[in-house]
Amino acid sequence: MHKDLLRLIRSEQAVRRHLVLCLAAAILAGLLVLLQAELLAGVLSGRLAVTALWTLALVVAARALLGLVQGVAAGHASTAVKSVLRHRLLARLQEMGPARLTSHRSGELVTLTGRGLDALDPYLSGYLPAVAVGGVVPIAVLARLTFADLSSAVIVLVTLPLIPVFGALVGMHTKAVTERQWRALSRLGGHFLDVVRGLPTLRAFGRARYQAEVIARVTAEHRSATMRTLRVAFLSSMVLELAASLSLALVAVPVGLRLLGGTLDLPTALLVLLLAPEAYLPLRNMGTRFHAAMEGVTAADDAFAVLDGEAAASRTAAAPRPAAGGGAPGAGTAPEIRLENVTVRYPGRGEAALEDVSLVIAPGERVALVGESGAGKSTLLHLLLGFLTPESGRVLVDGVELAGPGTGAQEWEAWRARLASVPQRPHLFASSVADNIRLGAPGATPDQVRAAARAAHADGFVTELPQGYDTALGERGVNLSAGQRQRIALARAFCRPAADVLLLDEPTARLDGRSEAAIVAATRKLAEGRTAVIVAHRPAMIELADRVVRIDDGRVVSDSGAVTTGAGGAR
Amino acid sequence: MNRAGWRIVLAALAGIAAELAGLALIGTAAWLITRAAEQPPLAALTVAIVGVRAFATSKGVLRYAERLTGHDVALRAQATTRERLYQALIPAGAPGQKGADLLSRMVDDTDAVQDLLVRGVLPAIAALVTGLAAVVLGLFLLPAAALVLLAGLLVAGLVLPAGLTALTRRRAARLAPARAELATRVADLLHGAADLAAYGAGDRALAAAAEADARLAALERGQARTSALATCLGVLTQGLTTAAVVLVAQEAGAGSVATAVLALTSLVSFEPLLPMIGAAERMTGVSAALRRLREVRATPPAVTEPARPAAVPGGPLTVEVEDLVVRHAADRAPALNGVSLTLTPGKRVAVVGPSGAGKSTLLSALMRLVEPESGTIRISGTTAGGAASGGGAGADGAGGAGEEASSPGPGGAAGRGVDLRDLPSDEARRIMTGLTQDPYVFQASFRDNLRLAGPEAGEEALAEAVRRARLERWVERTGWDTVLGEDGRTVSGGQLQRLALARALLNDPPVLLLDEPAEALDEETADALMGDLLDATRGRTTLLVTHRLRGLEEVDEIVVLENGSVVQRGTHRELVETPGYYRDLWRSEAMVSRR
Repeated sequence: MHKDLLRLIRSEQAVRRHLVLCLAAAILAGLLVLLQAELLAGVLSGRLAVTALWTLALVVAARALLGLVQGVAAGHASTAVKSVLRHRLLARLQEMGPARLTSHRSGELVTLTGRGLDALDPYLSGYLPAVAVGGVVPIAVLARLTFADLSSAVIVLVTLPLIPVFGALVGMHTKAVTERQWRALSRLGGHFLDVVRGLPTLRAFGRARYQAEVIARVTAEHRSATMRTLRVAFLSSMVLELAASLSLALVAVPVGLRLLGGTLDLPTALLVLLLAPEAYLPLRNMGTRFHAAMEGVTAADDAFAVLDGEAAASRTAAAPRPAAGGGAPGAGTAPEIRLENVTVRYPGRGEAALEDVSLVIAPGERVALVGESGAGKSTLLHLLLGFLTPESGRVLVDGVELAGPGTGAQEWEAWRARLASVPQRPHLFASSVADNIRLGAPGATPDQVRAAARAAHADGFVTELPQGYDTALGERGVNLSAGQRQRIALARAFCRPAADVLLLDEPTARLDGRSEAAIVAATRKLAEGRTAVIVAHRPAMIELADRVVRIDDGRVVSDSGAVTTGAGGAR
Repeated sequence: MNRAGWRIVLAALAGIAAELAGLALIGTAAWLITRAAEQPPLAALTVAIVGVRAFATSKGVLRYAERLTGHDVALRAQATTRERLYQALIPAGAPGQKGADLLSRMVDDTDAVQDLLVRGVLPAIAALVTGLAAVVLGLFLLPAAALVLLAGLLVAGLVLPAGLTALTRRRAARLAPARAELATRVADLLHGAADLAAYGAGDRALAAAAEADARLAALERGQARTSALATCLGVLTQGLTTAAVVLVAQEAGAGSVATAVLALTSLVSFEPLLPMIGAAERMTGVSAALRRLREVRATPPAVTEPARPAAVPGGPLTVEVEDLVVRHAADRAPALNGVSLTLTPGKRVAVVGPSGAGKSTLLSALMRLVEPESGTIRISGTTAGGAASGGGAGADGAGGAGEEASSPGPGGAAGRGVDLRDLPSDEARRIMTGLTQDPYVFQASFRDNLRLAGPEAGEEALAEAVRRARLERWVERTGWDTVLGEDGRTVSGGQLQRLALARALLNDPPVLLLDEPAEALDEETADALMGDLLDATRGRTTLLVTHRLRGLEEVDEIVVLENGSVVQRGTHRELVETPGYYRDLWRSEAMVSRR
């Protein structure tokens, strides 16, 4: 049994109860098969009266009912395990913070957390009960056979271990072959999706039809590679099947000959014939469910790798949560932000993303961060957002340490409540336009939402959408252009009038000049009375700032100087 | 029958044979034992003894053959389905080309064919034949018992699945949307992690995901309940039928041999049927997937290919767009509303305008990805028809250009050139293509990713394209043969844009289209890139769509689009002197560019 999964099952009472019920029902139903064989052999041999068929019917009914209980309990157990894992995974990923969720990994994580966990179903509701039955029923059958006919029992006892032994031998070989081919298989399997996704590009260069041939070739390759694997993989099931059916022949023929010789009576012979297959069946069931179960184990491994493995890497999560308000910077007026010798390094990378950066941003000051892409501008914003923790140095807000080893989730929440931020590529959620705008202010009225949209120059195109502010966004909703998405994100910032710190990451990237002018004007308004840090490429945005800080290779290389203007600036 | 058909028959036969061997094994063994109890001479039993051994051996081997042939057939069927799906997706405007998740789902749907065969059709056939065989055997031994068995098999094979399917149809229909809902919530949580954290909305999103999960779990529990009920009722039918068969046989005084054979074959004849009862619900999902695929295949393409394709004019090409109107949907305002422009050989035209003005739609119309509502796009050359005008390395010979060149197309001989509508859409894109929106990085080496735009290009040409797209430093660092797009070796937005530009330059079409080449690049790189681009395209027929005005002094004409119409046109010099959109834009850019 999977170690981590077992721990999870132990810790969740509902899961434990249902799983125990499921396994108990499976074992009990397996044992009832013995009784059923006994009754059937009795009636067929004439040892029992025909009225015993009523008892047989009762036993069958009990088996059927236990099967129902087993299935229902298994359904409860596996959905509960999946829900628990899913919830823990999502909570964990949230703790890890956006900086660790690079876009590529997040695609895999979406699959794992969604459909990936479904692979646990065959493991929990198929394989585990099969294992439980396999551990009990063959022994019970053997005991009964020993009692009835020792020589048959010996044949079963000798051949029974062949199943796991052969199964393991073939399985080991299969595993080696499968692992060798797994990479090739998954590459070939993914090829089709890759090509389909890239169709617009292929079409543009007249390569779409050519790729049809490539697809035919690659799928043929994929099929023959898969068949090569399966030829070996199915050997194990053939061995199981052969061992079981040959054993039946091994038992039946001597029994028949002994009947002929008069050394065995018919009731016993029939009982042996009916019982012998039941000794092999549970082991065969285990074998056939093994493959599907292993996919579940892989899914569990992946899930626990995220839950445990990356816990060690994250210092934020390991930090104890101090009491609320313990040192949270006081809100209300635009704060001063001070960075003292801050160094930030991404895990697994040699060079620092920010190195020994010291910067004082006065209350109400508008600072533009400029520099080449990859210089560390976005890293600085992520630092202020709390997505990253500095390796060394301190971040102070109004003199209170913000990003240090002791900063807990509650401090971050209190700090973030004061922020309005516009990322470089804002995500639009699969809900209405209005919900997307009031992301940071769930209580905002429709009027407030609309006002925010108007300020961000988004009202115009939103009202032209099919359902206006109720139009669904996201993949299955309407498509917005890059500029429109950007304006929705700006509206989000406007929808938080109480925020006194503004963090903008290239808000006018991918906008045409006229929209840019509108956004610049809107940003100017938004920055009033707030401390603002703006990552900027476009001159218009840079013009807006009181001060320009240039970052190169993680260091501040030039600073137009702190202008000690008051809140709002004097421009 | 074709080969695929024979393969299916073979797989079905293997399955049937495996099940029949099992049935024969238990029947012969029962006969052997009960007959032996009557103590006949040994010779009477030898056939049965041989039979038991033979059936025992062949069952395992046949099962192996069944599984191999079954999977082979299923994989072949899946391959065919994928090829057909791909063929359906090739024409522009096929559904599902927007969302990546939508596409993945479509690809997953092709797995349904596999499920249908391996878990549906083939086992069902085997179960049917096995049941029939048991009934026929019963008819020889005791017709009354055979009728009882037939009734039991019909209940398990028809009544139960039909009843359960009817019971669960509504839930089965709700299951897929519930899964999709959960996937959306999870994707929102992960892809939108930064936005959620910044606005403290993570807990709300987490709660929404938990709700979606709870809804799905309730449906899945229902599904588990149904399939458990199916197992329960199946086992009950099997047991009761067997008991009834024994009862009927005993009442009829059939004798111990016949009774035992009847009882045990009845019991075993249900075995292949039992797993099928619960499979009925899963098959509902399979048929939904197949229906979705049929819908994709039935969707008409966005543009109609000409019945009699015209020949591509030769020599340097002139493109005349006249009064072009394009509407994306009947109930929406036109995306392009009467646009005219001319691209003469060697002339460079820039199209500027706010987002949503119709700039990209114009390119789509030129690339023949959308069908215009009215207006024309005419292509004329110095020679009327001929070999595809040296479409550079992009000509991979797929369209059979030679054949088209020899046919006297409707517009080929006319002096005014050909209507774009009379060209096959592949030919249209051989003439006009370049850097399109949303370029894609394939899971392939950098070299292959570039070379798809010029399969015959030599190393020299590849290096030149890379150099002109200012990508050489990155390529040196990453390596020509590094596989992109996997294991996090993803390409940043700027690099992607440059790769796309390199592809366009390598392809070197007669008319080069560039859709926002500087998009997602930072200011300095964008300026440098635009500078290089304008150098590289000097003397080439080029249509450049952009929202940045830097460097446009160099192009021959600037067309300003707004709301689908041309509002201004002229050279940079003319436009900055005329009040209007362009001058406003230029001033707002120029004012802040002095640094």
